[in-house]
Amino acid sequence: MDKIRAFTLAGRMLKNLFRRPATTQYPFEPADYPERMRGHVRIEIGDCISCGLCMRSCPSGAIVVDRKAGTWTIDRFDCVQCGSCVTACPKKCLFMEKGYTEPDGVKKSETFVKPQEEPAGKTKKTG
Amino acid sequence: MAKRSIVPFGPQHPVLPEPIHLDLVLEDETVVGAVPSIGYVHRGLETLVKKKDFKQYVYIAERICGICSCGHGLGYCMAVENVMGIDVPERAQYLRVIWVEMSRIHSHLLWLGLLADALGFESLFMESWRVREKILDMFDETTGGRIIHSVNQVGGVQKDMDSSMLKHLLETIKDIERDIKPLVDTFLKDYTVQSRLKGTGILKKDDAILLGAVGPMLRASGVEYDVRMLGYGAYKNLSMEPVTCTDGDSYGRCVVRIKELFQSFDLIREAIGKIPEGDIHVPVKGNPSGEYFLRIEQPRGEAIYYVKGNGTKFLDRFRLRTPTTSNIPPLVETLKGCQLADVPVLILTIDPCISCTER
Repeated sequence: MDKIRAFTLAGRMLKNLFRRPATTQYPFEPADYPERMRGHVRIEIGDCISCGLCMRSCPSGAIVVDRKAGTWTIDRFDCVQCGSCVTACPKKCLFMEKGYTEPDGVKKSETFVKPQEEPAGKTKKTG
Repeated sequence: MAKRSIVPFGPQHPVLPEPIHLDLVLEDETVVGAVPSIGYVHRGLETLVKKKDFKQYVYIAERICGICSCGHGLGYCMAVENVMGIDVPERAQYLRVIWVEMSRIHSHLLWLGLLADALGFESLFMESWRVREKILDMFDETTGGRIIHSVNQVGGVQKDMDSSMLKHLLETIKDIERDIKPLVDTFLKDYTVQSRLKGTGILKKDDAILLGAVGPMLRASGVEYDVRMLGYGAYKNLSMEPVTCTDGDSYGRCVVRIKELFQSFDLIREAIGKIPEGDIHVPVKGNPSGEYFLRIEQPRGEAIYYVKGNGTKFLDRFRLRTPTTSNIPPLVETLKGCQLADVPVLILTIDPCISCTER
């Protein structure tokens, strides 16, 4: 049988006194996100055809597509960042980006309006 | 005879990350009986299968539990694939094994930390979790999520690992192995840890079989039973033997989990060495019709999945029997005769996951 020992972590504890901390001072020090990180969903609204497949594939029901009004709305607080909508999108205009959205005290949804004449998409926020 | 008294334990208790309630029957300081009750975190996730598309449900299945998320997603996908008769590409099967073994490492390191915390050994707890961060970062890099991975899908996996990622994974495992060795010495040889674990909560081999223990709890009692030996997925191409220990006490359960960590390192190395090139998923056409019953080995033990399809995109039934459900009767047995002060450690040695159990 192995010998019973005591103070087995003492050496390691002494080393820790002179080592850098294992944690970072987030949010004062920005976090380092890997490329594949599922942080938030981004839409290139100009390419969207309002097919609604993302809305149907979303397990938490966070996305609402209004074909008539040409809007794409996402409730950031309901979204669970699973990436189901990104996989379902036939036009590949949805992207999973790294970095989380800003925290907030009030539940908000974000609506993107499909451009009619002007080439760039407009964004408006609703409460 | 000493006077009997009943002491309620939980659902809120510093040692419990999740709520379970036990009524402990005491004679002085000795526990003579325990009545467990659960039902504090039931979410009705099994019923949701009737309201969500069977492909969408993968994301719900993996949210049953934070620690076994990869395993639950895999178990559900494999059950549906078997109903539909889908052959998953070889590369996807290997990738699944790599991710599931990574989640076993992450689960066992979490458990080791929690055990140290329950013993009051705070520095050992912090050290274990520092090592665990490395495997979580590796999950973040390969799947995009630290805890919820969302990589499994019916028909294969969503993401591939390129050669640089596999190389980084091998390096990370080497680092973890180097960092974990001094901690293993502390867990297995330190006087204070041994005095709390050795000889407490003994579960005899016959009792373990009779009461339906699973996973490390069963193997620590000397039963050579590991569902991975059935050879599902890529396990059929990998060499492994169940890790067992004959002690049957808390120390034995700790030994089994530590040896399983090293077994997982070896399995990942072997899988990376053998992983073939090719597709990572196949297209899925039609809807599942029929039923299937499947077993897989989660970090905490054997989990059973049952799915029943009716030919539409909504399944009729999804049922999951989690390892903790099976380990509660053996827990009650191990509590009999122990001291009240040992109860928190004994509850932890089954590695309870109440969210899994209640779904």
